[in-house]
Amino acid sequence: MHEWALADAVVTSALKVAEKENLKKITKIVIKIGELQTIDEEIFNFALKEVIQPQQEILGNADIEIETEKAILKCRVCKNEWLFENARKNLDEDETESIHFIPETAHIYLRCPKCKSPDFEIKIGRGIWLDAVEGER
Amino acid sequence: MDTRIEVIDKRLKNIRKIIAISGGKGGIGKSSVSATLAASLAKKGHKVGLLDLDFSGPSTHIILGIRNYDFPKEDKGIIPSKYFGIKFMSIISFAGENPAPLRGIDISNAIIELLAITQWGSLDFLIIDMPPGIGDTTLDIIRTMKRVKFIMISTPSKLAFEIVKKSINLLLELKMPIIGIIENMKFSENSSIKIQVEKYQLPFLGEIYFDKNLENAIGNIDKLYKTEFAEDLEKIIPKIFD
Repeated sequence: MHEWALADAVVTSALKVAEKENLKKITKIVIKIGELQTIDEEIFNFALKEVIQPQQEILGNADIEIETEKAILKCRVCKNEWLFENARKNLDEDETESIHFIPETAHIYLRCPKCKSPDFEIKIGRGIWLDAVEGER
Repeated sequence: MDTRIEVIDKRLKNIRKIIAISGGKGGIGKSSVSATLAASLAKKGHKVGLLDLDFSGPSTHIILGIRNYDFPKEDKGIIPSKYFGIKFMSIISFAGENPAPLRGIDISNAIIELLAITQWGSLDFLIIDMPPGIGDTTLDIIRTMKRVKFIMISTPSKLAFEIVKKSINLLLELKMPIIGIIENMKFSENSSIKIQVEKYQLPFLGEIYFDKNLENAIGNIDKLYKTEFAEDLEKIIPKIFD
């Protein structure tokens, strides 16, 4: 469950924001997850609760919003754009697992459906980031 | 805010010393030094990690003879598998022997992801095998690993040293600590590299003579320990302790 490490990263970042902005309580955080991370949301939520537990005072009542951003890939050679959700159907379990750990391994296992090039960009839908942190001073 | 970058310090906090083995050119022995250094330190009883960041040409697993590289175990992140007493992490655990055609932005993202999710635990040394040059990987570890120190590798070739100088100049400009320079593949008593290193007022850590038997030891750690290459490196090891 490496989702724990990512949940820990989210909470560490939120606490850093709170410290920088002198927030006594965090009331809301918006987390965005790129689809390419292939995160299991249930596990991520469970991990998030566990990581927040020791931070009850500042994060205990925070409203947590999680949004997933669809991953769009674009071929640098032929400019074709395609959705990861369609491409992943052709991946085997190990290939999906590799992308789950290190999303950039998509370049190893995926090819442009049109021209078969591995030279594509991940236009949107990778990474995990804090989109917003709201709180009380 | 990229949450992964914010957590990297935390993941590395129980590592006493982080050493990147770098140098300008390919083929000058960075991976051989990294792998053998990690193996020697582990043999001495130190807690050692080896991180292979050469995504295009990962080779420390070949040098050490690591063959069964499955996915790392997961526990609050990913746990590096242990081989010969070394906690080992490389792109090969995810890519196998497939080529990894990654551009700069993808290399950066993969490094940041790996550093954010790897739970090294407590280590005396984390040895990082760097790819050639001063591109994305060098800039990313300078950006994300605040406590990293560099050991630069050169060969006796003027060509190799001229390129290593570019890396040294960049690191000095960025005020990154350089532990010193190792001259690898030495084949004569010519001391021009040592003289040039001293002009930089940087420590010349020592020389490793060209060992024609090193190739036969690749993939077999017991043979590797017994090479003249490893013996020469052994003399350098005390100089990397503060």
